[in-house]
Amino acid sequence: MSIERQEIEKLATLSRIAIGEDTITEVSQRLSSVLELVDQLQAVNTDGVEAMSHPMKATQRLREDEVSEINQREAFQAIAPDTEEGLFLVPKVIE
Amino acid sequence: MHNLTIAELVKGLQGKEFSSVELTQHFLARIAKLDANYNAVITVTADQALKAAAAADKRLAAGNAPALCGVPILHKDIFCTNGVRTSCGSKMLDNFIPPYNATVVENFEQAGAVVMGKTNMDEFAMGSSNETSFYGPVKNPWASDSVPGGSSGGSAAAVAARLAPGATATDTGGSIRQPAALCGITGLKPTYGRVSRWGMIAFASSLDQGGPMARTAEDCAILLNCMASYDDKDSTCIDREVPDYGATLGDSIKGLKIGVPREYFSAGLDPDTEKAVRAALAEYQAQGAELIEISLPNTGLSVPAYYVIAPAEASTNLTRFDGVRYGYRCEDPKDLNDLYTRTRAEGFGDEVKHRILIGTYCLSAGYYDAYYGKAQQVRQLIQKDFEKAFEQVDVIMGPTTPSPAFKFGSKGDDPVAMYLEDIYTVATNLAGLPGMSVPCGLVDNKPVGLQIIGNYFDEARMLNIAHQYQQATQWHSLTPEGVA
Amino acid sequence: MSHSGWETVIGLEVHVQLATKTKIFSAASTSFGAEANTQACAIDLAMPGTLPVLNKQAVHYAVMFGLAIDAEIGKESAFERKNYFYPDSPKGYQTTQLEKPIVGRGNVEIKLADGSTKNVRIHHAHLEEDAGKSLHEGGFRHGVSGIDLNRAGTPLIEIVSEPDMSNAEEAIVFAKKLHSIVTSIGICDGEMSQGSMRFDVNVSVRPKGSTELGTRTETKNLNSYKFMEEAIVKEVERQIDLIEDGGTVKQETRLYNGDTKIARPMRSKEEANDYRYFPCPDLLPVIVSDETIEELRRNLPELPDARQARFIEQYGLSDYDAAVIGSDAPMAAYFEIAAEKSSNAKLTANWTMGELAARLNSQDLNIGKSPVSAEQLGGLVARIADNSISGKMAKEVFDGMWAGEGSADDIIEARGLKQVSDTGALEKIVVEVLTANQAMVDDYINTDEAKRKKKLGGFMGKIMQASKGQANPQQVNQILAQKLNELL
Repeated sequence: MSIERQEIEKLATLSRIAIGEDTITEVSQRLSSVLELVDQLQAVNTDGVEAMSHPMKATQRLREDEVSEINQREAFQAIAPDTEEGLFLVPKVIE
Repeated sequence: MHNLTIAELVKGLQGKEFSSVELTQHFLARIAKLDANYNAVITVTADQALKAAAAADKRLAAGNAPALCGVPILHKDIFCTNGVRTSCGSKMLDNFIPPYNATVVENFEQAGAVVMGKTNMDEFAMGSSNETSFYGPVKNPWASDSVPGGSSGGSAAAVAARLAPGATATDTGGSIRQPAALCGITGLKPTYGRVSRWGMIAFASSLDQGGPMARTAEDCAILLNCMASYDDKDSTCIDREVPDYGATLGDSIKGLKIGVPREYFSAGLDPDTEKAVRAALAEYQAQGAELIEISLPNTGLSVPAYYVIAPAEASTNLTRFDGVRYGYRCEDPKDLNDLYTRTRAEGFGDEVKHRILIGTYCLSAGYYDAYYGKAQQVRQLIQKDFEKAFEQVDVIMGPTTPSPAFKFGSKGDDPVAMYLEDIYTVATNLAGLPGMSVPCGLVDNKPVGLQIIGNYFDEARMLNIAHQYQQATQWHSLTPEGVA
Repeated sequence: MSHSGWETVIGLEVHVQLATKTKIFSAASTSFGAEANTQACAIDLAMPGTLPVLNKQAVHYAVMFGLAIDAEIGKESAFERKNYFYPDSPKGYQTTQLEKPIVGRGNVEIKLADGSTKNVRIHHAHLEEDAGKSLHEGGFRHGVSGIDLNRAGTPLIEIVSEPDMSNAEEAIVFAKKLHSIVTSIGICDGEMSQGSMRFDVNVSVRPKGSTELGTRTETKNLNSYKFMEEAIVKEVERQIDLIEDGGTVKQETRLYNGDTKIARPMRSKEEANDYRYFPCPDLLPVIVSDETIEELRRNLPELPDARQARFIEQYGLSDYDAAVIGSDAPMAAYFEIAAEKSSNAKLTANWTMGELAARLNSQDLNIGKSPVSAEQLGGLVARIADNSISGKMAKEVFDGMWAGEGSADDIIEARGLKQVSDTGALEKIVVEVLTANQAMVDDYINTDEAKRKKKLGGFMGKIMQASKGQANPQQVNQILAQKLNELL
């Protein structure tokens, strides 16, 4: 199963990664090769088999509703690329 | 000093034969002198290490210090270290200095261990050769033209080159076991949920586990005692008592039932590697264990299933890297979309990008059932294979890798060739079982490893089994040439 | 603009912020109004290696909602990742529920203005995390947006109705009923202005009598009933006009700006976002035991319908009064305290719904911020009921309480407003006034019997003046009538 260029462009958009014109063919080849590998799964009969999302048969622990996180804005924003007035800045968001 | 095991170092420190400061200086000097040959260490934290060593010496003097107090170690650069760059082998996090510790790091700090630095790794833990790191490839101390394995290539090489007596690492599809095998050291991936994933940068959340790398099983036991803990900050961490992994190392293995999967000894396995592994199995027989041939019929599906599940989970674990709150940001983004697409195109390496695309594909509308849904069902089948096998046997053994360390660039442009390196290891992660690798021979003067797969939370027995083998053999104490 | 050939189909998706102290997956505070990013911990900022841990109270609040609407409780529910890129969503995905929500099918009965009732089916309600906020201006340089992640991670339940509503009134009544339910059981503070409840409205039209659903549009993030109503009416009109002109309705997400009254499609969000939902591997299946459900059911606070019925039964309120006060949880609580204090429920109801509500509205205050406490109002009503003061005086006392002068008794005392109800004293005043106004008395006597009533006002005015407004009007009337009769 090979993966079309259009599909790559769609995936690039969904994952917000710019894929250059010059690399699209290479990417397509690599992905197609991986898809060939994973397509082997199609041959298996999995009727009635439950999907396994967690390897351990455990259930979710519930946390008590008590505040324990303190304000660490300074520490966190010291490593941020662009902040002002305590806000993280990004190019204008248009809705 | 660098040829002493952790166990011996602990004795030496506690017995005041040398101080932690001396020990740390010694290893730091080795790193400074020798790491250029291997490129195993990304960040060296000499000042902090010496401070920690001094503090450890005080604690040791006061008496009653924990086992690892004063022992120098390295952390794989995937564990967040407060105030110290944590790059995950990526340009995306080249400037990332976390203001918090991973639980694993915290555990070692509490124990008084001395952290000398962060080791090199495949970018975002995606790789089996440590060729994808932003900081350049790591060289196998046994053969400088060959890979050390990945993704924990840096930790493996550092231990093999005696730059540190032990290091932490992580394993998602074999990333502890495979480099351990290729570098001739011992490495263990614990049961899923045994070690906290808090602060351990996520690759594939349902597969990732942190574990120890050292030269002996005994050393791994000491490290695992520290790494394993119940952490309520990690919902997937299992609340189960941590035994003393070193207490039962000396237990007899007579009557041990060892399952040998026929699917692990098939076409792709290099004949010399097979010879070495079979010799190891023979050694176990000699010690009174029973070899039982078993079948893990869905083995062939484990690599395809893994290469759907891991990239799928990774694709969403890596969406947070967007240049907004930390990490790399492209210059002068012209709009929001440009910020995202250029930051991620520039910040991620090729392998990571490819896996994100594949993962996105497998989760997308129209493909989910056929890929992700299907792979999760196959995962169930694989787990059932192991369940069935463990009804008959106590442990499962086979080769860790299909061959010894391959040359740089030899897996070429075909990603699948690289992925097949993991053929014996990924099933363990899919099932959540613990697995380890111990050195069992040399092929073309390059190490190969024996893999031991245990039942859930059976790490103590696995370490015992490995230790017994290491009492009777020498492979684990061989030193690569050039490493004095 | 006759739209009689059409019928409207409306469904609501309501986001309710749960009133927990901490976020759904982290132990950071959810208090409203904190300085930007001071309540966003490492987990909320999606820092590398951070992991979610589920808030027990959020789970319990969700179950309580399910119990309040008689819904199936999802004893085993799961979280999924909904993937999309947006600066207010730091992980690049929202943790939500899809396949296995914590609350299943339920019902909400609504009462319409014409007295009829209607059942609105709830498809399900699920737990999810709120996003942060994007600010487009505010003390930072031009051309950028500022992201505040304090709100990121606040627990929400999203309540999804079936498309059972057929006009704006039904949608509003339904929305208000939900508001009443969630505030009554205490899982949400109901502060619409703070975004505690937000509504997405799905609207479609179809020819009258048709059973097929038309293409629907979704108008998002409405946080007032007024705007919701306007948005619905506008959208219905737009769709009908469009179809009647030969066009087709495009499935799209729209925004409505209540200030500019402009509705428009949302920009981009390109090819219907593929959210790539899949089970979140960092969170395990959520189990709610039968014991927990029973305990929550046992302790479930009174529901609005039950409270309304109780107000009629216990306090003798009219259906209307019971509906108004009973459906508003804070008002109901206030009323009960005041009624207890005053021992006159009916009068207390009048004052609560009337003077108090009007005054609060005029200053845009919530009853929770009322300067006049429930005890104080009760005290005032008690004094009216026992005839200590007249209705007119009561207004003055209320003003005084509002201004912070103290309790009703304090003010009555301080201003000497105690009504004179002593018959003897009143008789004295009446006789004095009559004596001093012989001309008026003569005029009264000489007037036709039928027209005499009108003349009483004049005497009343003078008597009230003489008594500095403190004469008990009812008693004065009696005494005056009696005295005048004697003179006839």
